[in-house]
Amino acid sequence: MDLFEYQARDVFEKHGVPVLGGIVATTPEEARDAAVTLGGGTVVVKAQVKTGGRGKAGGVKLAHSPDETAEKAAEILGMDIKGHTVHRVMIAEGAQIDEEYYFSVLLDRAERRYLAMASVEGGMEIEQLAVERPDALAKIPVDPMVGIDDAKAREIVAAAGFAADIADQVVDVIKALWTVYVEEDATLVEVNPLVKTKDGRIVALDGKVTLDTNADFRHPDHAELEDTSETDPLETRAKAADLNYVKLDGAVGIIGNGAGLVMSTLDVVAYAGTAHGGVKPANFLDIGGGASAEVMAAGLDIILSDPQVKAVFVNVFGGITACDAVATGIVQALEILGDHATKPLVVRLDGNNVLEGRRILADAAHPLVTLADTMDGGADKAAELAHAAA
Amino acid sequence: MAIFLTEASKVIVQGMTGSEGTKHTTRMLAGGTAVVGGVNPRKAGTSVDFPGHDGSTVSVPVFGTVAEAVAATGADVSVIFVPPAHTELAVLEAVDAGVPLVVIITEGVPVDDTAQFFTAAQAKGVRLIGPNCPGLISPGKSNVGIIPADIAGPGRIGLVSKSGTLTYQMMYELRDFGFSTAIGIGGDPIIGTTHIDALEAFEADPETEVIVMIGEIGGDAEERAAEFIREHMTKPVVGYVAGFTAPEGKTMGHAGAIVSGSSGTAQAKKDALEAAGVKVGRTPSETAALVREILS
Repeated sequence: MDLFEYQARDVFEKHGVPVLGGIVATTPEEARDAAVTLGGGTVVVKAQVKTGGRGKAGGVKLAHSPDETAEKAAEILGMDIKGHTVHRVMIAEGAQIDEEYYFSVLLDRAERRYLAMASVEGGMEIEQLAVERPDALAKIPVDPMVGIDDAKAREIVAAAGFAADIADQVVDVIKALWTVYVEEDATLVEVNPLVKTKDGRIVALDGKVTLDTNADFRHPDHAELEDTSETDPLETRAKAADLNYVKLDGAVGIIGNGAGLVMSTLDVVAYAGTAHGGVKPANFLDIGGGASAEVMAAGLDIILSDPQVKAVFVNVFGGITACDAVATGIVQALEILGDHATKPLVVRLDGNNVLEGRRILADAAHPLVTLADTMDGGADKAAELAHAAA
Repeated sequence: MAIFLTEASKVIVQGMTGSEGTKHTTRMLAGGTAVVGGVNPRKAGTSVDFPGHDGSTVSVPVFGTVAEAVAATGADVSVIFVPPAHTELAVLEAVDAGVPLVVIITEGVPVDDTAQFFTAAQAKGVRLIGPNCPGLISPGKSNVGIIPADIAGPGRIGLVSKSGTLTYQMMYELRDFGFSTAIGIGGDPIIGTTHIDALEAFEADPETEVIVMIGEIGGDAEERAAEFIREHMTKPVVGYVAGFTAPEGKTMGHAGAIVSGSSGTAQAKKDALEAAGVKVGRTPSETAALVREILS
């Protein structure tokens, strides 16, 4: 889960990372009050969106008084930045910047450890710096068992070439940022820019934090960091039902078991769709290995509530759960849904006890259900039905 | 032969007395796996009866620690079914006890925990498989984890996959040929055994003639595997990659299955594999057909 900048700022402050005052606002009036709280002087009004390039898009503006703060907030709120609507702005204390730097620590999947990156040439996109000036970006591996202790922080500071007069300060900031990383179970903590102010302080001016949702069980406070305003309502409903669902914008609803098989099903449906007017998958939905009747019903219910869905492809490989249980689940799910089930269902079952599973579906003879022998055949049939109904 | 798991493997189950552990221990025993013990400190000294594969009853002893289980049974594989919050301690216990192969089925382990126990395992030379994986099966010899034992029998194909159900699907498609070993390496951002580890072992395994490698979006493990194939593999490799239609920035079921910006896409993985001379199927059935061409 990615945090907004204002949330990252608050998490930084909690762990002793030096930040400037910042207050989130959702209306121009709140923005004016925030400017007053911050002393009434110059502030920066910053759009809160989980995407880069907001400065270029006009989402960051200076304001010199509380009234001007309200005006700038009114301009930015509601703005669209790369498909993200701005619902909040952060009113941030102004700063006199002397120099800009870069620091991040992140998960290195390939090396299966952590990686710290630092540069004294901040202020540009890090991807650009890495390509154009690779020597200016220090990359230091971090042992997960040791973390960033004083010695490692000094190694990073030396490798990046921070000036001697600020080295001790930067070491302390890096250690505090490591505390954020490890205490909050982050997979990315990035500060761009990390700045030296004209009065010689090192401050994290903008932060990006990604949290590991697998660690939510030991961070009950992370639940309130979640932003549901941007989430699709069907995804919100699916999450409440504990279903693994991602909304896409096609016409073929997909249900399957196992993340890999469902991803594969989306691809196969998209290929099949090229022969049927270009119809595409409408969603990702993994009902897991268990595939009980209740879970099947909950999943079908969500997919059938998607007005874009014209046909549904249920693709299940019976492994641990045998196909007869899955077939019974589908029949019961259709009973539970009753009149809500209105769109054609193509069902492909394979694997454990497949003949019995197919027999159960054939005997039920539900008017909406078509049986498919193979994954490719089922995808083709579902794409054809979706195209015909569009 | 086979890779990582043979008929001589002696297996203990951490979390055997939990509901998932009990269910899958029953299935492993029915599939002929030598399950020699379970671990649960609160039930040490007891034993659990399971139905054996020949209709008899198998009584599996429960030990208080992994070290005791290893000392008493000579176990050389541990499979872990404990909940995510307890997985790190369970793995570290197995690593400390010197079990050479630890298979972690648990889904939802925090990545920092995995980073820690992976580092510890590496220092001790212990092979981890998983987390968030279905385990591995050497058909007719041994089966550790949750892969159904009856999909396919022994044969000449080696299979390595990030996904459990795609493993089952591919075994089913190619069940007439059979498999030396099929291994699900897991869908988390950090996993103990990679595609490359499995490819290297299959290359050295005389029973394996062709390898099927199944990847998915996220990270660059498939690109790295492509490089390895180009430089080190003499046996044919057939590839499949899932997730061409996955949108950027969305986690697709597996914690590690996410396209970030322009990195981790299925297209980039397919391109890298094809550039290394690997034939890549567009669908699981097309992939199976490519394997058939090679074997027939």
